[in-house]
Amino acid sequence: MTHVHLPPGRPKVGALPLGGKARSAKGAHPTTRGVARALETAGAWTLGLLWILPLAYAIWTAFHAPEYSTHFVPTAPLTLENFRKAWQAAPFARYFLNTVLLVATVLCAQLVLVTLAAYAFARFEFPGRGVLFALVLMPDVLIVENYRTMGTLGLKDTILAIGLPYMASAFGIFLLRQTFKTVPRELDEAARMEGCTPLQVLWKVYVPLARPVYLAYALVSVSYHWNNFLWPLIITNSVEARPVTVGLQVFSATDQGIDWSIITAATLLTTAPLLIAFLAFQRQFVQSFMRAGIR
Amino acid sequence: MTRASQWVYAWLLLLPAMVLLALFTHYPAAATLWHSFFSTPKGVRPVVFVGLDNYRQLGDDPIFWQALANNIWFALGTIPASIAIALLMAVWVNGKVAGRSFLRLAYFTPTVLPMIAVANIWLFFYTPEYGLLEKALDVFGLPTHNWLGSKSTALVCLMVVTVWKEAGFFMIFYLAALQSMSPHLAEAAAIEGASRGHFFRRVTFPLLMPTTLFVLVNAVINAFRLVDHVVVMTRGGPDNATSLLLYYIYEIGFRFWDSAYAAALTMVLLTVLGLCALAQFWFLDRKVHYQ
Repeated sequence: MTHVHLPPGRPKVGALPLGGKARSAKGAHPTTRGVARALETAGAWTLGLLWILPLAYAIWTAFHAPEYSTHFVPTAPLTLENFRKAWQAAPFARYFLNTVLLVATVLCAQLVLVTLAAYAFARFEFPGRGVLFALVLMPDVLIVENYRTMGTLGLKDTILAIGLPYMASAFGIFLLRQTFKTVPRELDEAARMEGCTPLQVLWKVYVPLARPVYLAYALVSVSYHWNNFLWPLIITNSVEARPVTVGLQVFSATDQGIDWSIITAATLLTTAPLLIAFLAFQRQFVQSFMRAGIR
Repeated sequence: MTRASQWVYAWLLLLPAMVLLALFTHYPAAATLWHSFFSTPKGVRPVVFVGLDNYRQLGDDPIFWQALANNIWFALGTIPASIAIALLMAVWVNGKVAGRSFLRLAYFTPTVLPMIAVANIWLFFYTPEYGLLEKALDVFGLPTHNWLGSKSTALVCLMVVTVWKEAGFFMIFYLAALQSMSPHLAEAAAIEGASRGHFFRRVTFPLLMPTTLFVLVNAVINAFRLVDHVVVMTRGGPDNATSLLLYYIYEIGFRFWDSAYAAALTMVLLTVLGLCALAQFWFLDRKVHYQ
């Protein structure tokens, strides 16, 4: 991948654009290096603790009675009371169902639409190929017009309306097109010799070879739509359609003296499935986000 | 397969995705432009063509200018900070630091959380009198401050939340790039006697340019696209100090139901995003060192 070609084994000295200034650093004292290392470790850990602190704090608050929410005593009794109260205070079960339905619908539609379109872009010659890709817009900022369109279609306040603008994902098409292009043409031709139609070739050759990319795309899509907030807030208006993010906002914004411990518990509750999945499949998550970003 | 049937086949494959893309991205963009030249229907009053009136209103609207300025400050405050921190994180967890897997987890976790959950947690963090930040300041005997309630600090508070959430996401891309770099480079540099800092400046950083470009594009888009934290934490207040462009569109469009004016505002946002895309395409593409 790198542009500097070095024969394996013996690196060719002098191949790198390092000036004389670099040479002067040659005799850096071993202890200075040690101090630098120690400083780096300290920095990395400080940052790490800072980064985990808000979440740790939320977990502390959610699992303790309100009087301990800013009062840190290691012996404070743990309680699930906040979670019980939160679960009863709002229809979170229904919100969860809505989110699961939303995420599943969007993902299924995306996989089908994106696969077909990516196949066309990767392996077919047709007029208008270049033009079609020129204008890539995101639905996120077009809220006013999309709201109007949903009104015309009579879909306001439905789960379908939340997902519909995202189903044909330009990002997904691009990602899969790049993957399909790496499939050797010989495989494609061999399958056609056997009498496969183009759709069969897609299903039997391309889709199985792109499996890791599908997994990556699925994880990114699920976490995106689980977390999406502004558009669902606008288009939904009832318990029957609201996803958890909007449900959480409706719940915590009603200022009826609900205490912070309960709101924090509700926050963790809505995030829990994703967070647990992430902790369990950490490696896959991280690799998926990488794969989806780098081509 | 003949040429003609290839075309037909390709078009059929594309059709479902293209219909949806056209319906929910291309059509609304065109319709936004169209509607920005008309008035908002109110009761029995019909829609009339008003030409550039909505844009004139925009020029005289101090809140719009403030939201635009806020958004630019927000972008300038969050993008370099989150990219720098992401790079630092990636270099650290790519090296031989103690507790590497814990650190990776700690850095990346905020990325998985929904912005709205993150905003809720931080809201409590910033709460006057009860919040953790106040308690911590109290220990050092510093005066209390309403962090989200005063004009001078509210936007900075939102920036901190955004950097905290995004840095770990960008770290992933840097980490991937660092891992794909040949170890021979570092070996060769070590034989030459280059210091680590020098090696980073002269070799690693230039090789990371494509990643930086990719991350930059994402960061800019996010700075204008994501307003969940504004909705949860400040609602644009105090006194519009934290109103970002998309949040202002949301307020005009769905609180005041002035869809024509919201269309004009959306055109501004689309223009800003378009200009960013062009700038990145033309200026940065040339300086980027492709592998």
